[in-house]
Formats: sequence, C-alpha cells, structure tokens
Amino acid sequence: MVTIAAIIYEPGSTNKNKTGSWRTFRPILDNKKCIKCENCYIFCPEGTIYEDKNGDFKINYDYCKGCLICVNECPVNALTSTREEK
Amino acid sequence: MIEIRFHGRGGQGAVTAAQILATSAFYDGKYSQGFPFFGVERRGAPVMAFTRIDDKKIILRSQIYNPDYVVVQDAGLLSAVNVVEGLKKDGTVVVNTTEEDMDLGFKTYTIDATGIALDILGVPIVNTTMLGAFIGATDIVSIDSVKKAILNTFKGKLGEKNAKAAEVAYNTIKNKE
Amino acid sequence: MEKIDIITGTTAAAMAAKLSNVEVIAAYPITPQSHCVEALAKYVADGELDAEFVKVESEHSAMATCIGASATGVRTFTATASQGLALMHEMLYIASGMRLPIVMLNTNRALSAPINIWCDQQDSIAERDSGWIQIYAEDNQETLDSVVQAFKIAEDEEVLLPVMVNIDGFILTHTVEPVAIPDEEKVREYLGIYEPKHAYLDPDRPITQGPVGVPECYMETRKDLNDAIEGSREVIKRVNEEYYKLFNRKYGNGLVEGYNLEDADTVLVAMGSVCGTIKYVINELKEKGKNVGLLRIRTYRPFPKEDVVEMLKDANNVAVLDKNISLGFNMGALGIDVSSVLKNKKVCNYIVGLGGRDITPQDIEEIISHVEGAKDGETKWINLKE
Repeated sequence: MVTIAAIIYEPGSTNKNKTGSWRTFRPILDNKKCIKCENCYIFCPEGTIYEDKNGDFKINYDYCKGCLICVNECPVNALTSTREEK
Repeated sequence: MIEIRFHGRGGQGAVTAAQILATSAFYDGKYSQGFPFFGVERRGAPVMAFTRIDDKKIILRSQIYNPDYVVVQDAGLLSAVNVVEGLKKDGTVVVNTTEEDMDLGFKTYTIDATGIALDILGVPIVNTTMLGAFIGATDIVSIDSVKKAILNTFKGKLGEKNAKAAEVAYNTIKNKE
Repeated sequence: MEKIDIITGTTAAAMAAKLSNVEVIAAYPITPQSHCVEALAKYVADGELDAEFVKVESEHSAMATCIGASATGVRTFTATASQGLALMHEMLYIASGMRLPIVMLNTNRALSAPINIWCDQQDSIAERDSGWIQIYAEDNQETLDSVVQAFKIAEDEEVLLPVMVNIDGFILTHTVEPVAIPDEEKVREYLGIYEPKHAYLDPDRPITQGPVGVPECYMETRKDLNDAIEGSREVIKRVNEEYYKLFNRKYGNGLVEGYNLEDADTVLVAMGSVCGTIKYVINELKEKGKNVGLLRIRTYRPFPKEDVVEMLKDANNVAVLDKNISLGFNMGALGIDVSSVLKNKKVCNYIVGLGGRDITPQDIEEIISHVEGAKDGETKWINLKE
C-alpha cells in the first residue's frame, strides 16, 4: 500500500537500508595512532564515522560502504584497509 | 443594448474613459461592460475602447462593430481612421476639435475638449472631458454618475479636477443646444 | 455584506484570493503576467492581506515556490498565462504528484510562435494531462466564485489536488463588468483554515515529501492520482451546491451547464467566455422560432463524460468549439474528447478564436448552419482569411 503522493511519514526510514554489506574493503581505525584531527569524520560521505563517549572515533560498519575516502584523508595513517571476507 | 466606441491615441486614456462610462452606467442601475480593443497598444498610435450598456445582464463577448455612438478624442485621427465605420444609421459622433461644425455623414457634436482640459487639468488629456461632452450630447447616463465614477477612478485633487472638466464639457454641449 | 463593484476578471480573481485568505503568493511579474498578482502585491503592501508575496525570477520558480510553500501546509496562490504556464510545465506535474492544493489563475492566451499575447486556450490545453483540475469561467463573476470554490475543492481530503481556474485573456481579463463581492468573513468561515493532514512542515513530526517513486510504487501513485481527480467530480458538484446555498450563485452542476437544451436538435459545446456570445445568439434565434442549445463545459479536467452523454442524448447535430488545435489531428482537444464519449452521433469540430481572433455572433450562426448540413467528423476553421 503506497501512501498519498508516496509521502514517507516515518522519519529515518533510510536507516533500515543497511549499506554495510556493499563493502569490498573495510577501513580499520587504529585509535592509538589517531590524532583526532576529524578529517575522516568530515570527509566520510555517509556520515558513518562518529565520536564515542570516550572521545574516540569509531566507524559504523552497518552503513560504511567501504569507499575508503577516510583512509585516503588520514594524515597519520591511523586508517588502513583490509579485504572484506564474505 | 447601447454600444459605444471610443477612438483615441495610446496614452490618452480611451480605455479608462470606456471603463468610467461602464461604471457610470452601473451607478445608474444598469448592466455594463467596458473593454479595450484587443490589439497592439502603443503610445500615440490609434486605439479603440468600447462600452456596452443594457438593462439586463450583458452576455455578448465579441468586440463592437456597429456602435450606436462614437467618441473621437483627437480630430487628428479623422485622417487616419474611418471613425464612423459600422456606425448605425441614426448614430451620433462626438469629436474633440476646435472646429464649430463638422460633417461626418452622421449627427455630429464638436467640442474643444483639449482647450477645456488644458484650462482645468493643465494637460491635454481629454478622456474625462470628452466623456462629459458625450453625456451632454447623448444623456445615456447621468452626469452625476459620471462624476462619481471619475472621483472613484482618480483619487483626491486629480479626481476633482477631472470631474470638473467633465462637468464643464457637459455644460458646454448643453448650452450649444 | 456582499457588495457589487465593476471590475476586470483579473481583479475579480485577486479579490477572490484575498477573500480566501491566501498565505503565500509567488509570481513572476512580467508579460505575459496579468493584473492579478499586481493587485495582490498591492493588497499585501497596503496591509489588507496578511500573506507572503514572493517575487521570483521565472514562472518555473513561481510554481516551485508555490510547491514548497504548499508543502509546508499553507494556502498558496499564483497566476500566470501562456508562455508562463508553458515554463511551469515541469513543476505542474510535481504539484499534482505531491498532492498539493495550490490554486492558480491562468489567463488563457496563445502560445508563440509567432509572438502573440492574445486569447486562445492552447496554453491550458497543453497542460491537460498534468493532474490539475481545470475550470473555465464564463464571466468575471464566475471567475471570482471559481477561485474561492477552487480552494474548497483543492483542499478537500478526498481531492488534494491543484486547481487551475482559466479565464479568457483580454475578453475577461481586460473587461470591467459588475461583480458581486462576497463578505470576507463569510468566505473565510466557509473555507476555514487550511490544515493538511497529509503534507505539512512540522519539525516535531518530520516527513519526506516528493521521494523517489521506484517502479515498485510509481504506478500505484499514478493510479491514486487518477482516482483522486476522477473522484473530484462529486466534490466539485457538492461545492457548487454548498456555494449556492451560502452565496446564491451556481454554475450548472459545477461540471457542466446546459442552456436551452430541451428540444434542441443542434447543440454547441464550448468552454469559457465564448459561451456568453453563444447564449446571446441562442436567445436571438429563439425569438425567431429556432431552437439551439449550449452545453458549456465548466470543468474540463476531470472531464464530465457522463454529463456530456446524458445532456446530449437528444441532440442530432453536435458542434464543438475549440480555441486550440491539436496539430496533426486537425481537431481541438474538446472536439476529440466529446467525439470519444459520444457514440453514433454526428459531432463536428470548429476551430475558433485562435490568437485573439474575435468570435462574433455571425461566426456562431455560421457554425450552427454548417453543422446542420455537415457530415459526422468534419472540422472547420471559422473566420479564416482567404
């Protein structure tokens, strides 16, 4: 059943679409090397990098599509990538 | 149904005159329409405007081809436009001219509306003056309604002057008779 | 108290929008725009109307702004004509697809080329399939009443569609005639405040409007849209009756108006101001003992199929007048529509009044005498110069 004008009344319905399974490569963030410059956080096109309550940056793998922009942007190589095993 | 055609030049207020006449007829308790000739509008070029007046609601939407009356706001148009084209046999023409008499093949009234307008308004805009003269000649609506319609069209002093011009022209025609 | 004023069709529409308490008006104020939004701009500037007047840079933007405004849940109005309507084309489909009850005055004018600013109905006919309800008014009074009714129809929960009120350029837009202006309080009470349940802007209840309609759902939304405009016939009829009870004016059954149809062997079918001239000719012919009828299509979309069949059932000669031409079909849109719903009946099509060509009583008489001797399916262009 389609709503009138296909309007979406439930906010955040995009979250149901977990895009993490799209990844071929997985970015891995080494918090020991991280200098918290926020480059990865700013450049992530999907907004999947967030700061946890301890002030550490984390990657939400439910939605990370594995574009590896974060890896490219990290100035201290705290971000590396590895082949996703499926 | 009475049909009136105004001949003027773009910028002389022929359309406004047609609308004021329609409004005047409405104040007299009649139905009316006022509209321009649907053509190219250019300042100075010959233009036409029309008024229909009737006791019942007017439903006819075509332009006017066989008017009962013709108002010529500028005698200079006589050489450029056949102002009496389609005029009904017993029709009447009112012309703004300094000439006393004019033979257009129809009952014709003349008035120096430009002189009156220059005198009262200070500008050669003759639409309201010619309306007063036209009503003086034909009495198809009351001069009081014309003055009221003018006052409602032009606010303040401008309205008063235009109403005065119409009244002077009205009396000028009446005194000629 | 209702008062009567002597005004143009565009002023009548502007007054109706003011009476309807519109909240947002977006318009592009240049030729071929009409006096309508000029009058509304003045109402807003003078503090007579508490609305947001948005001056935009094109008609495309005007409709886009109306869509945005209406999607927040406010009563929205605009006006346009000819090329302006054509430029809105893309946005018209979005307005109806998003089910936004925008009301627009379109003053019917020809489309270029050659450049022409005068009356015909090609502009709105070109938007026939856009999902907008199209009403064609016959005179300035109906223009005012139709704009008010348009909000009532558009905002009805059964409908929720935009409405285009069409009036003939110059013939109505530039003609002053007496128009009864209803009491503002009474109109506002009648319309109430627009409080949409389906499309609104509320940060506490965020929704997504105008999303992607993938192949799995697009067709269903189109069917919904079609069901809504099909269903709007009953609402249009009801609004016509309600309006009559409150304001003492009605226009046929809201969809069509029959005039002198009883015992009329020959019936003309037409839309807009030409219907006045047709009625004038019908009255004259009646005095001479000849009976001719008129079926005026007031609501063109949704098309009043059943009414057309029912009201023309006794007619033998049906003459459909079109102020538009479907190039490559040699018929006007109304002629095609009427032919498609009438079976086993003589229907002829008359192309009239394109680009401001005047339609005189003589033209109407010519159509009547032609259709009576014509064969089914003939198309004739009227008052065409040799």
